[in-house]
Amino acid sequence: MNFFTRSKQLVKIAVCIKRVPEMDVKFRVAPSSKAIDETGLKWDMSDFDGYAVEAALQMIEKLGNGEVVVLSLGPDPVQEVLRKALSMGATRAIHLKSDQVPFDSAAIASALAAELKAGGFDLIMFGKMAIDSAAGAVGVMVGELLGLPTVHACSRLEIAAGKGTARRELEGGAEQITFPLPAVVTIDEGIARPRYPSLKGIMAAKKKPLETKPAQLGAVRVTVDGMALPPERAPGRILGEGAAAVPELVRLLQTEAKVL
Amino acid sequence: MPNVLVYAELRGGDLRKIALETVSAARSLADTLGGEVHAVLAGATGSGAHAAALGEHGADVVFHTEHGAFAVYNPEALTALIAERARSGYAAVLIGGSARGRDLAPRLAARLGAALLSDVTSLKLDGGALVATHPVYTGKVAVTLRLTRGDDVAVVSLRPAAFGATPASRSARVEAVPPVGDPADVRVAVSEISSGDGRKLDLAEAPVIVSGGRGLKAPENFKLVEDLAAAFGNAAVGATRAVTDDGWRPHSDQIGQTGRQVSPELYVAVGISGAIQHLAGMRASRCIVAINKDAEAPIFKVADYGIVGDVFEVVPALTAAIRDVRSKS
Repeated sequence: MNFFTRSKQLVKIAVCIKRVPEMDVKFRVAPSSKAIDETGLKWDMSDFDGYAVEAALQMIEKLGNGEVVVLSLGPDPVQEVLRKALSMGATRAIHLKSDQVPFDSAAIASALAAELKAGGFDLIMFGKMAIDSAAGAVGVMVGELLGLPTVHACSRLEIAAGKGTARRELEGGAEQITFPLPAVVTIDEGIARPRYPSLKGIMAAKKKPLETKPAQLGAVRVTVDGMALPPERAPGRILGEGAAAVPELVRLLQTEAKVL
Repeated sequence: MPNVLVYAELRGGDLRKIALETVSAARSLADTLGGEVHAVLAGATGSGAHAAALGEHGADVVFHTEHGAFAVYNPEALTALIAERARSGYAAVLIGGSARGRDLAPRLAARLGAALLSDVTSLKLDGGALVATHPVYTGKVAVTLRLTRGDDVAVVSLRPAAFGATPASRSARVEAVPPVGDPADVRVAVSEISSGDGRKLDLAEAPVIVSGGRGLKAPENFKLVEDLAAAFGNAAVGATRAVTDDGWRPHSDQIGQTGRQVSPELYVAVGISGAIQHLAGMRASRCIVAINKDAEAPIFKVADYGIVGDVFEVVPALTAAIRDVRSKS
């Protein structure tokens, strides 16, 4: 029995990835107040997307053959994360070019679905959310637009004999989900830690195909009114050392913070 | 179409707190629009009993669908059911952003061809447009999004605990509604595999969170954290990524950039250094207490109150003191 759906055919997995800023900085709002100031930011593949790429590569490696196609929507620099995925081991890349990435999950999903529709993929994977815009919606919307079985936020995923079994973490629990392929899944933490590209992988990636075409975003209905930084936390106090400081802490929790 | 539709989430046959929060948020939106709040309630036999609580939080009509296939989370059948109802004309559909709600809301929006506002922490009408705020960039930036309302419905998912569950003295009219198609004939089949002990407070709902990190040195020492949480009586237990990665605690307990984002009244960080990854998940807490042996640990920069010391000495003392306070209140 084949690992995936169609025996004798090449197994194809698509992974959609996003280029996002690294988060360990203090963000500033741009003068327009409608975007962050991108000066000096470093960029990388969104965390959950990296888990999805790794999980896809591991599945194909286990299978012995097959193709991992990576897609990214956005301006030209998204090719950096596509090249990174290629250097990790993906087969080829598609860049859906758009000057901006709107804060409109439906528009992004329709552009990706239009591209993925005729791809003949056995499995289409996403990170469960982009770490910057944090909507966590595009993957599931693509699944619905394509009419495929869709599972959000898989913290475990097994594929065998044309069927998938996944686990999703719940508030104080978990659930198991079974579904037939082809399917769309979004990946949570816990599945796989992304590998670092090897030097050999980086060299090989330079020769792998990367196709660019315009993103068919369609109507963008959600627009940004403004961005703001949440108020800074006032500097706190160290009350003392050891158990001797406990009575003062309890007093302040009662009288000052009023949380007891 | 001034009416607002909500999905009232059940889990294990119980109405979730997020369902009441969603109905309350819908009530306030419907009042601005001059419309009604309609709720979709789907569950197994006997689930109709929850209609009263929905009315008491602002629902005017509860569309109740009873079928055994709704005893578990059934995303495909729910999407069909809610989409069918939504097509009869609503300003917006509100979905509580629980783990399952975050799976359901995008399905529904795509099915309806609707725009989606995800994980919002506030929602209002402004000149005919829906305006919502949403934390982005790991909570370091808040974006205000505008969705200009056309003729089509909008789908909105709400961040848990961002909207209060406000009582409204109403009595909802209940209408029995048949399922759309056969709700047992679905491709995506869900079964719950663990649900804790049922009484455990969830991180999203607990007013107090006690979290532990590597400073606890070994998984069995999490008992200190659990004891402190038990002393508060209204606390949930969280953990850092270092600790969940090492398998000391389940991944679902992880608070941080790639885990849960929480904002309790009181957050107690025990043996947590305060890596940026962790701070991204808890810095919105109202009051933060840190206990750590290293006075230079970054956690003290965001903590309102800090104690420098050995967690094995300080935490049991704090547990005893909190137990004492609680016994007198």
